Amino acid sequence: MGEIRVGVFVCHCGTNIGAVVDVPELVTHARTLPHVFHAEANAYSCSEEGLSSLKQAILEHRLNRVVVASCTPRTHEPLFKNACAEAGLNRYLFEFINIREHCSWIHSQTSQAATEKAKRLVRMGVAKAFLLEPQEETESAVIPVALVIGGGIAGLTAAVNLARQGFRVHLVEKAERLGGVVAQLHRLCPTDEDASDLIEPIIRAVQDDRAITVHMPATVQEVGGYVGSFRATVATGDDRRTLDVGTIIVATGADVLLPIGLYGYGRFPNVLTQSELEARLETEALRVGSAVFINCVGARTPERPYCSRVCCMTSLKNAAELRRRNPDARVYVLHRDMVTCGIEFERYYRRAMQMGVRFLRYDLDRPPQIVGGDDAEATIVWDALRGREARVPSELVVLTTPLIPGLDNQSTSHLLKVPLGEAGFFLEAHIKLRPVEFATDGVFVCGTARWPADVAESISQAYAACSKAAILMQAGSVTAEAITAFSDPDRCTGCGTCVPTCPYNAIELHHRSPTPGMACSTMLQVAGVNPVQCKGCGSCVAACPNGAMQQRGFTDQQMLRMLEVCVSG
Amino acid sequence: MSPAVLVVGAGIAGIQASIDLARMGFEVYLVERTPSIGGRMAQLDKTFPTNDCAICILAPKMSECATHENIHLLTYSEVILVEGRAGSFRARVLRRPRYVNIDRCTGCGECVERCPREVDDEFNFGLSHRRAIYLPFPQALPRKMTIDPDHCIYLSNRDKVSAVNPKKGPCRLCEKVCEAGAIDWGQQEETIHMVVGAIVIATGFDPYDASQLEEYGHGRIPNVITSLQYERLVSASGPTSGRLLRPSDGEHPRSVAFIQCVGSRDVNHNPYCSSVCCMFATKEAILANEHDPELRSYVFYTDLRAAGKGFQKYVARAREEYRVAYIRSRPGSITHCKDTGNPVVHYEDTTTQRVLEMEVGLVVLCQALIPRRGQRDLADVLGIELDEHGFVGLPSPMRRPWDTSVSGIFACGYCHSPQDIPDSVAQASAVAARVAEMDWARATVRAG
Repeated sequence: MGEIRVGVFVCHCGTNIGAVVDVPELVTHARTLPHVFHAEANAYSCSEEGLSSLKQAILEHRLNRVVVASCTPRTHEPLFKNACAEAGLNRYLFEFINIREHCSWIHSQTSQAATEKAKRLVRMGVAKAFLLEPQEETESAVIPVALVIGGGIAGLTAAVNLARQGFRVHLVEKAERLGGVVAQLHRLCPTDEDASDLIEPIIRAVQDDRAITVHMPATVQEVGGYVGSFRATVATGDDRRTLDVGTIIVATGADVLLPIGLYGYGRFPNVLTQSELEARLETEALRVGSAVFINCVGARTPERPYCSRVCCMTSLKNAAELRRRNPDARVYVLHRDMVTCGIEFERYYRRAMQMGVRFLRYDLDRPPQIVGGDDAEATIVWDALRGREARVPSELVVLTTPLIPGLDNQSTSHLLKVPLGEAGFFLEAHIKLRPVEFATDGVFVCGTARWPADVAESISQAYAACSKAAILMQAGSVTAEAITAFSDPDRCTGCGTCVPTCPYNAIELHHRSPTPGMACSTMLQVAGVNPVQCKGCGSCVAACPNGAMQQRGFTDQQMLRMLEVCVSG
Repeated sequence: MSPAVLVVGAGIAGIQASIDLARMGFEVYLVERTPSIGGRMAQLDKTFPTNDCAICILAPKMSECATHENIHLLTYSEVILVEGRAGSFRARVLRRPRYVNIDRCTGCGECVERCPREVDDEFNFGLSHRRAIYLPFPQALPRKMTIDPDHCIYLSNRDKVSAVNPKKGPCRLCEKVCEAGAIDWGQQEETIHMVVGAIVIATGFDPYDASQLEEYGHGRIPNVITSLQYERLVSASGPTSGRLLRPSDGEHPRSVAFIQCVGSRDVNHNPYCSSVCCMFATKEAILANEHDPELRSYVFYTDLRAAGKGFQKYVARAREEYRVAYIRSRPGSITHCKDTGNPVVHYEDTTTQRVLEMEVGLVVLCQALIPRRGQRDLADVLGIELDEHGFVGLPSPMRRPWDTSVSGIFACGYCHSPQDIPDSVAQASAVAARVAEMDWARATVRAG
C-alpha cells in the first residue's frame, strides 16, 4: 500500500452549520492532523460546486481517503461516495461525519462546545479513514416476477399494471373472492358511481391476464431470499407452492373498526355501521323520517388518535343518499372537523349541505348520547358552535368508524421483515419522499395497508409501487451494499451463535473438511454470510464470542482506533 | 416511435416522475420555466410532520436529476408547441437566453457581488433583493447565473445606445469581472425539437394573491405576511438568515397569528380546500416556538384537516409541547395599531360565541394555492382541458386519476389537485408506471 493521503471537506450548510460551528477553525485544525494532505471549507458541499471542488481536490492532491464533515449520511452519503467514484477513488474510501445534527443543531446555544465536539469528530473520522479499505459491491440478478399480497383494489391494480408492463405476477388473496373492501361498497364518492362498475372490470382483467396467477384463498407462509430473488411459500389449502420472485408488493388493506360498546351499537337494532347501512341501501328502499350520522366513532380519541382520512366522505355520501331517498327526512351529521380536502370532496360537502343535510359540531369532551327504549329514538348532543344542547330525532343512527390496521399486519411484518409504524399500519422508508417503499430493498407497500386512503389514492399508490418494482425488474440486476459482515474462518469455531441473531437470515453454517490440529468437533462447521442478503446491521458482530465476525468498514480495529482518538482528547 | 418522455415542471413531482422514468430506461426531457429545478419545495424551510429540512431532503433528488444520463434538463425553457398523438408527440421547447454561457459559468458568484442593480427577489417573495445577474437560491441546479433582461442596466438600455456606439453600452460590470468569460450578450432564444411518446405535466402552484382579501390588509398593514413569505423568513437561507424578524422594523415578534383559509373554502375567491394549509400552519407555528420558546402562536381555523400519516400526532405535539393555541374562527378583519406597530385580529371565537380582538406581533395569512400562472397557455399548447379553477381536468378521476383529456398526457402533483408532498411523490411515481404500461412504451423500452 502506498502513502495514505486524507482530504477533509467541511460544509457550512449555509448557516445550518456555519452559524454555530467555527468552520474555518475546524479546517485549520484538520490540516494539523496526521495524514491529512488537504482540508477545505464549502458553502454547501453537496452543491454542484462543492462536489466538483471535492473531485478536483482528489485529483490535484492525489487524495486516497476522503472525509466530509457535513450533514446526515441518510440523505447525502451516496452523493459524496459517487463523487469519490467519479474522481477514480473506491467509494468505500470515504468517511462521513455529521457535524450538523450532532453539533450545530443540537448544541446551537453553545457555539464553542459545538466546535470542540466537531473537532473531535473530525479527528475520529480521519483516524478511521486511515484504516479504511476499498470494498467491492456484488451484483445479483433480479427475477422479473412480482409477488402481490392482497387482492383488493390496490393489489389488483398493481397486478394489472405490472402485467401490462410485461412482468409475470403472482397475486395472493386470503379470502375466497377478489375485490376487498371496495367490492362491499354501494357507491363511491365523489363520483357516486357504482362500486361494482369500478371493481369488476379490474377483477376480470386480473383473471383474464395470462401473466397473472391468482392464488386464492391462499396465504404466504414463508419468505426467504433477498431483493431480486425472493423465495415465497404460498399455501392454498393443503397445496404448498414455492415461488421465486424478484419483488414483493404489500397490498393487504385495512379493516373497518366495529364500534362494539359505542353509542348503543349492539344494544339498539337501529344503530348501524356505515357498512351495514350500505348493505341495506343496496337491497332496501330505506324510508326514514330522520337519521343521525356520528363521525369519529373510535377515531381521534386517546386510544386511537389518528384521523382515518376517508370517513367524512363516507358519511357525506350516505347522508346525501338518505336525503335523496327521503327528501323530507331530517338528516344530521355530527362531526368534530369536516375533513374534505381538495376540490371534489369540498364540493361534495357543499352539495350535501345544499341537499339539506345538517351539520353539527360536537366536542370529544361532550360526546353525543343515544336515548331510546327498544330502539334508539333520539340523540342528545352539545352543539359546540351554538353553545347549547340539541336533541335530534334518530330513526337511524349511523356510526362512522375508522379504518384500522389489518389483523395480519403483525405476521406479515415478521414474514417480510418490514416494520409497522403508527397505530400498526406499515411503515414506509421515508414518510415524505419514499411513501411506497420499505427500507428493505425490493419490498413495497400501497393502499390502506400503509394508511387510510380512498380509491383513487390507493390506485395511485399501487401504480407508484409498480414503478419502484418495475425499475428493479427492468434493470435485471441490483448492486448490493458492500458494508456487510464476514466471518474469519481462522477464528470461527462454528458455534452458531450468530445464526439466530441475524434479522435477514443471511448467515448459514457450512461444513468444512477437517484439517490436522483441529480439536473440537464443532469446528467442523464455519459460519458464512450471504453478502447480498446482509444489510450490515452488525448484530452478528456483536454476538460473536470469538471476534470472528467483522463488519466491512466497521472493523474492531477501526472502531477501537476511533475510540482511542476520542478519549485521548 | 420514441422511448422518450417530456416532463413539464421541475418541482418535487416533476423531479420524482423524471427520476422514476429515467431509472426505468426512458429518455426524459425535463422542462422548467425558471432558471433552476427545485420548485416550491426548495422555498420551504422545513416539512411536516417530521420537520425535515426541505432543501436537505430535496437536494439529493435534484442532484440525481441533474446527473442522470437519461435526463436532459431544459431550464429557463417553455413548451410552445405540441403536435401529434400518444406514442409520437412532436414538441417544441423555447429556451430563453440567460446571457450566460452555461458551459463556461462556474457559478462562482463574482458577477453577483459586482452587479449594481437590485430588484425584488421572487424566491424570497419580495422580502429581500437580488441582483440583475443572479442565482435563484444557494442550492440552485444547474448552478449557473442568469441575467434578468428587464432589469439589467445594459440589456434594458441596449437598444438606445447601440445606434450611437454599439461597443459602449452602460455598466457591463459582470462581463468585466467574469474570469471564465461566460457573459454572452449575443445569446438568442433557441428552439429545441423533440419527439416523445408521452407527456407529464407537473407545473405545481402559485400562492393566491392575499391582498384580494382587503379586510386582511396584506400589502397595506405592516407585519401582515403570507405563509410562503414566512417560510423564507424562518429559513436559514432566507433574507434574515433564519431569524424570525418581522418586516416592518426588524423586531422579533412575541406572538404570531396564523389565519387559515385565506381565499380557500370561500365562494368569493376559491371554493376548494387547498389541502395543505392546516398542516403547514401547524409546522410554521411549531417553528416559531422553536425560534423562541417564549413566543405564542395562534392558529385561526375552520376545520382542522390533519388526515395524513402522523398528522394528528403532530397537531397534538404543537398543542402540548409548543403551546400552539387553535382557535375555531375565521377572522372578520385585521387592523393596525399605530402605537405599537402591531396588527390586530378581530374575530369571533365560535366555540364561546364571543367577539374578541387580539393584538399580535405578526400575522401570517395561509393563502389559497392556485394553479401556476401560465397553466392556461400550457393547456392550450397541449390541447388538454382544465377544470373551472384551472387545475387539470380529469375525465376518469377514479380509475385513471392522472389521465388528462388527451391520451398520452398525464398530470401529477399540485397542478393535478391540491395535495401534499408525499401524495405528489406517490402520484409522480404512479405516472411513471402509467407511461410504462402504454403500448408504445412496451414496444420500445421493453423490447430494448
